[in-house]
Amino acid sequence: MAKNHVTASINGQQVDYLCDSTESLLTVLRDQLGMTGTKEGCGTGDCGACSVICDGELICSCLMLGVEATGSKIETIEGVADSDGLHPLQQKFLELAGLQCGICTPGIIVAAKALLARNSDPTEKEVRYWLAGNLCRCTGYDKIIRSVLAAAAQMRGEEIAVAGELTV
Amino acid sequence: MNSPKSDLPNYKYVGTRSIRPDGVDKVTGRAQFGADVSLPNMVHGQVLRSTIAHGRIRSINIDKAMAVDGVLAIITAADMPDIERRMVPLGEQQADIRDVADNVMARDKVLYHGQPVAAIAATSLAAGAQALELIEVDYEPLPVVIDLDAAQADNATLLHDEQITMTMAGPVENPVPTNVAFYMPLAKGDVAAGFEQADVIVENSFETATVHQGYIEPHATLVDAQIDGRTRVWTSTQGPFLFRTLIAGVLDISVSELQVIPTEIGGGFGGKLSVYLEPLAVVLSRRCSRPVKMVMSREDVLRASGPASASRIWVKIGARYDGTLVAIQAKLEFEAGAFKGSPVVPAVMTMFASYKMEHLLLEGYDVVVNKPKASAYRAPGAPQAAFAGEALLDELALKLNMDPIDLRLKNAVDEGDRAVYGPAFGPIGLKQALQAVKSHSWYDAPLAANQGRGMAVGFWFNVGMQSSASVRINEDGAVTVVTGSVDVGGSRASMALFAAEELGVPPEKIQALVGNTKTIGYCDTTGGSRTTFATGLAVVEASRKAVIELRNRAAMTWELDVEQVSWQNGQAIDLSGSNPPLALAEITAKAGHTGGPVGGDAQINAPHAGPGFGVQLCDVEVDPETGYTKILRYLVVQDVGKAIHPSYVEGQLQGGAVQGIGMSLNEEYLYNADGVLDDPGFLDYRVPVASDVPMIETHLIEVPHPPHPYGVRGVGETPIVPPMAAVTSAISHAIGKRVTQVPMSPPRLLSLIDGD
Repeated sequence: MAKNHVTASINGQQVDYLCDSTESLLTVLRDQLGMTGTKEGCGTGDCGACSVICDGELICSCLMLGVEATGSKIETIEGVADSDGLHPLQQKFLELAGLQCGICTPGIIVAAKALLARNSDPTEKEVRYWLAGNLCRCTGYDKIIRSVLAAAAQMRGEEIAVAGELTV
Repeated sequence: MNSPKSDLPNYKYVGTRSIRPDGVDKVTGRAQFGADVSLPNMVHGQVLRSTIAHGRIRSINIDKAMAVDGVLAIITAADMPDIERRMVPLGEQQADIRDVADNVMARDKVLYHGQPVAAIAATSLAAGAQALELIEVDYEPLPVVIDLDAAQADNATLLHDEQITMTMAGPVENPVPTNVAFYMPLAKGDVAAGFEQADVIVENSFETATVHQGYIEPHATLVDAQIDGRTRVWTSTQGPFLFRTLIAGVLDISVSELQVIPTEIGGGFGGKLSVYLEPLAVVLSRRCSRPVKMVMSREDVLRASGPASASRIWVKIGARYDGTLVAIQAKLEFEAGAFKGSPVVPAVMTMFASYKMEHLLLEGYDVVVNKPKASAYRAPGAPQAAFAGEALLDELALKLNMDPIDLRLKNAVDEGDRAVYGPAFGPIGLKQALQAVKSHSWYDAPLAANQGRGMAVGFWFNVGMQSSASVRINEDGAVTVVTGSVDVGGSRASMALFAAEELGVPPEKIQALVGNTKTIGYCDTTGGSRTTFATGLAVVEASRKAVIELRNRAAMTWELDVEQVSWQNGQAIDLSGSNPPLALAEITAKAGHTGGPVGGDAQINAPHAGPGFGVQLCDVEVDPETGYTKILRYLVVQDVGKAIHPSYVEGQLQGGAVQGIGMSLNEEYLYNADGVLDDPGFLDYRVPVASDVPMIETHLIEVPHPPHPYGVRGVGETPIVPPMAAVTSAISHAIGKRVTQVPMSPPRLLSLIDGD
């Protein structure tokens, strides 16, 4: 089968790759480009572990073909931190124990970043509904939601909400 | 003995919310999970799975498949050793290694839809997938034994022709071949006489569905079998040493040929205590002399990896008007799946462990059916048992017109009381937990129409077992801690805190790592809520050995007797006052001149694990139009012994509760009449999502467990025990009818409300 030559921007760098017409963007990222930070939990778009941002939109990379990324700007977990350090979301997930096993964490951080890009001051309910496509089996979501709210507050330059102060 | 919190020792690092050692790797995507590891020249393994739920394999023809370009090897059970039956430890339970082998690859018979019948290695996934379709399997179908009734019917089709009913003491009298693999009675007093003393008797029958642990990371392994026999196995496992035992057992080789290297693990909850792909990958790697990687799809995970048993539990409780329990009888039937070994034994033992009582007869039955072999799932067996027992206690409280917490307080076990299964409890915090829920402001919060409140108690034994730890102090004074306990939920943070406290070194200067079967001593699995307790104990002992060595080196430097040197806050103190303190890094910088590297090792078998008791409170609102149940408030109170890292302890409580909410409201395996799972994906097998649940309020009770130097008792499993009873009791009060079946999905709730 002839492979398709694709040129895309991944985390700000131009990347060229060859892929079959049937290969998902997730497979390309993980198996061709060695970017294993994006995870596969289901392959059917139900768990969100493979979340990436494509041209500003949050998507499941398992549901997008590698060839469809031609000319697109893809952002993955590997591009969330920069040389200055961790993103506030990453920092808050560490400080507030927003992860246990960590397999869902890359997808959730990418999804939360996409949320904060369009809503810098989300309510708890808005965070819960935005992240409803990202399954976490370990945490019961409590500390994930707190981590996102705390990161949002920090990015707005406000006092950081402390674990335990939020009400139902 | 139930020390209030203020009496606890004042630790410098233990009990703080330090940053976990593996945290940065996990938030940046650098952490390597099972499917993330690769090797040069690696090929891909895949599994052909049974298309029927029960039948004999007449023949398997691989000729056409082998001809596909890129296919390197195809194996069936004929390529694996035909091993003898033998029991091996499997986490908190036991497994028959022959059953493990047959579950890994069917021989002669298939016993569930999705059981492996062949495996293939190919240079690409596409070539392998094409070849899988060309393998011809000729089955002789047999009637499908789909549930407890079918399995126990007269003239039921047998899954295993030779299987008889066993008990703890050997076979039952006059055994005949049966699908009932095990019978477990637990008796005390005279239950018939007990019921005669009762003023009030309640009874009911409860059912739970087959559910899955639902870890987000599918099973994955990479195997490199060398020509000289040495075999390296990277895998996502809760127990590298257990997997070494199981792989060696299935393949009839020595454990020392294997190096099992645990990757980061994306959730386990008991489901990653069973081998599925690893033995196949070893055989394939040997066949093609190349590294072989195998990764399950989500569908494979749900169809063919360890679900938790469906159950049916009948229970009857007798009490006096004042709430004193006088007699309890129950029959617990658990589906084991295709091979014996459901967790009905711990179900029986835990069911009423929280209460004192004179007369009791609990009978458990382990029943095989044509479904995947049940695996452990967080406090295996206890959630099902507590659903029935606690829901019926709630019914009893209603009938007695008594507060449900007062009913529990009246009968709750305390220090010195004997558990129904034998041993006497040490200091435990069950009563404090009950009081804490009762005095919480939510307990009296007003409820509106269609709202209800439920509470339930949970118990889990917890275990100790074997652990190894190594503490190494570098020349610069920083510390490396290695254990053999896989870290599923942040335990490396706790290991670092133990070492920090003992050595007097800040946790950020301690790197805690997970070793593999050739770099650290034997460790039992991450299961039984044992890691922080037992492996933590090993870290404490290893750290104390290192401290002795540090004092020796300081004594040598000062030309003093070691008894004249103490260790405080990370430095050696000359008790005679003649020398200024010597900091850790000053000692280790000169270690080469004072006797060599400094460190300590410990290998232990930790006895006397501390039992875990918890109480949960749930408020719900049901929508009588749609049958949807909304969780309004959820409170988890638990005696955690000592919270080494409170955030990860709270996380265990919250995660366990939400898994239990999933069991209560949504999660359910749906089998058709052919024994084929109809919901093998996360769209239909619906685990709770973020918008389904509120914040989960936690309250930690700390009753130190004396055998552990820091008072630790296991934490992770207890929180999944109460939710089904708490949630369904809340629903029952909201609708005025007792819920006896879970999950209470919207259609089921509508049907219950409407009374059909």
